[in-house]
Amino acid sequence: MSETFIVVGAGQAGLQICDSVRKEGYTGQLLLVGDEELAPYQRPPLSKQFLEGELDVDRLPFRPPNFFEKKDITLMLGEAVGRIDVNKKTILIGTREINFHKLAIATGTRVRKLPIPGGELEGVHYLRTVADANGIKDALQNAKSLVAIGGGFIGLEIAAVARKMGLAVSVIEAQGRLMERAVSPTISEYFSKVHSDAGVNVLLNSAVSSIGKREEGFVITLADGQEIKTDMCVAGIGAVPNVEIAEAAGVECNNGIVVDCFGRTSLEDVFAAGDCTMHENAKLKVRHRLESVQNAVDQAKTVAAIMMGLEKPYEQIPWFWSDQYDKKLQMVGRSKDADEEVLRGQPSEHSFSVFYFKEGNLIGVESVNQAKDHMLGRKMLNNDIHLTTTQAADETLDLKTLTS
Amino acid sequence: MTQITYIDIDGTRHECEVENGLSVMEGAVLNSVPGILAICGGSCACSTCHAYIDDTWTERVGGPEDVEDSTLELALERKPTSRLTCQVKVNDSLNGLVVHIANNE
Repeated sequence: MSETFIVVGAGQAGLQICDSVRKEGYTGQLLLVGDEELAPYQRPPLSKQFLEGELDVDRLPFRPPNFFEKKDITLMLGEAVGRIDVNKKTILIGTREINFHKLAIATGTRVRKLPIPGGELEGVHYLRTVADANGIKDALQNAKSLVAIGGGFIGLEIAAVARKMGLAVSVIEAQGRLMERAVSPTISEYFSKVHSDAGVNVLLNSAVSSIGKREEGFVITLADGQEIKTDMCVAGIGAVPNVEIAEAAGVECNNGIVVDCFGRTSLEDVFAAGDCTMHENAKLKVRHRLESVQNAVDQAKTVAAIMMGLEKPYEQIPWFWSDQYDKKLQMVGRSKDADEEVLRGQPSEHSFSVFYFKEGNLIGVESVNQAKDHMLGRKMLNNDIHLTTTQAADETLDLKTLTS
Repeated sequence: MTQITYIDIDGTRHECEVENGLSVMEGAVLNSVPGILAICGGSCACSTCHAYIDDTWTERVGGPEDVEDSTLELALERKPTSRLTCQVKVNDSLNGLVVHIANNE
């Protein structure tokens, strides 16, 4: 009897696992199961080009419809996944119990809802799916003002789109700086200024205590009693990993499905990849959970390999990007452990990078409109090329000469 | 529709009709041409849609702009004819274009 691999979660990681096992020569049955109705599609544009109308829904799918047939992938969309029985090696999909030999979980995340009165009112938008994005896009057409609750990537990208459309925009962030979890204070400060200069009312250290609905829109009440009226409201306060089906099956979870650097969970023949994993990076020697395209794709390749019996450790240096107005923010590595930072270029010229060092070694680079530094940073970190703080600071030195 | 020929890494020719306004990368993806990965979806943030423009077309297609030029730094085997296909927009003037897909794995 031929083998069956089942991949749960039809996002970027799930699709990549399917694509990669076929590339590795897998000829058995392959099922890709997702709870949304749409075939696997790109999420990054949902907070950017999609809202601006530059990219419509037809251009979001990763692959054309005939891809799945060609690759003999059984795509099961709009399906809820139920119990996984690891002893019988079955999984409940809809009302059918299906046997598997190997199972990969790539269930991603869901949005964190505001745990305050009004946080789940109709018209308080969150962004995860194309349906969510359509809701925001429609609301933007009629609104004159927007409040983004949460100054992370999602909130700021939507704020930038809304400002470009001419809405009055406020961003309310509970922490003392923007994108606090992802970037260093230097970059946070720069983006505070970018948004303020664009006319956004940026409120830091401001917790929202409630949202009220009025006939003409919403009233956002802050912890200090300040009230902000707005036509529409979007909350981007983080995501929660979808671990429930794994946890119920007995898989070890801890802020994500725990996997080793080969994508193995605590149970045999059960693997996991992408945003939902608390994973080990063999090169960085850390265990963390990441929400990014790079992590989804690279970890999926590792999982595809191990499903085929090949040990290919996950050791890629993480990288991310965000587009806000005409500013492209690119990050590589882990800047938060840094003990020294070096600025290259000038924030006032809107083209610069910050190089981060720990004990004299480069550990990360964050760049604004400076793709070259980002790319060279990736090369240096992936290939262990040493860079000194003096070299990083020397703008007359072409860093490329160090990498070739 | 504009006709574009993609030659993959094995030398197989894929003759495709691509809608104007899309990128050369999107044309490859929509036609299931192997080797164009485009993991960032066309944001010019990775370098996995790298291809070489056929010599007879390099002048008409032109070279990369700043961000693309920098991003190409990560491409495996960059040549003078290298482009990131997500940054090449399809229009009538490219009818008959031939591109050779680079090693993007």
